[in-house]
Amino acid sequence: MTPESRRLDGNAAAGRLSDVFVFDATAARTRCGGCGMTAPLGVYHVYADAPGMVVRCPTCEAMVMRIAQTPGHTWLDMSGVAALDIST
Amino acid sequence: MGFVSRGFVGRPEAREGTGLLPPGQYDIGDGFPVLSAGPTPRTALADWDFTISGEVDEPERLTWQEFQDLPHEDVTVDIHCVTKWSKFGTTWSGVSLDTLLDRVETSADYLSAFCDGGYTTNLPLEDVTGGSAWIVDRYDGEQLEAQHGGPARLLVPHLYFWKSAKWVRGVALSGVEEPGFWETLGYHIYGDPWREQRYAGD
Ligand SMILES: [Zn+2]
Repeated sequence: MTPESRRLDGNAAAGRLSDVFVFDATAARTRCGGCGMTAPLGVYHVYADAPGMVVRCPTCEAMVMRIAQTPGHTWLDMSGVAALDIST
Repeated sequence: MGFVSRGFVGRPEAREGTGLLPPGQYDIGDGFPVLSAGPTPRTALADWDFTISGEVDEPERLTWQEFQDLPHEDVTVDIHCVTKWSKFGTTWSGVSLDTLLDRVETSADYLSAFCDGGYTTNLPLEDVTGGSAWIVDRYDGEQLEAQHGGPARLLVPHLYFWKSAKWVRGVALSGVEEPGFWETLGYHIYGDPWREQRYAGD
């Protein structure tokens, strides 16, 4: 299998993100810091077979988030996200 | 893809309990999982180069052909992934980091390997010299496949395999250690499998 064929969609990150956010992050409209396109996080690309989980923009493939779980810690890097729009 | 033959590797469980398996690891046998943090970069060899930059007297740049013309070594080593699989007797061919670093003058103590796709990892210079690390372009007698890091990857077999960066394009030398892609996200700064240095604080 190629890495592309193992790629998942953003819903695959829902479980990890629910450790961090009180809302359903996969529904949050997410603006890519690379190209500026906005879409629900659920349609972003997820690479989950690396040591951590990497979320990439479906348009430009820029990395928007990294999530790693280590014993007793959840690590979240959101430096590639320009904004999250959360319906409340 | 040519995997090491079953006869050579033996049964997956054969190495367990022999002292060849670092703590917490299991022998994956013939398997060779592909772990990727993104799409596979596909850089044309005509566009490929390898640079040695940072704290050096003069930066060095090698084209693919110049890299090919450097003396290659055959290496057979065991590799250990932080996701807990180990693979025994992997065979590679590549250029020793000693050969590459001999081309520059430096007083740096660390390097960052950088890669197509944006991946980086940090290493002490003493962990890549003295015959302990290579830039490899062949695996199991064949050209290194893109999914395993081709055209060329770093190979530092004595550390967890995330340090053996795929799609490597160069090293930047520095007096300070700059944590890389996984080292900034909870993984260990050094990554010795025999001391089970998986995570920050281990
Ligand atoms: Zn984008």
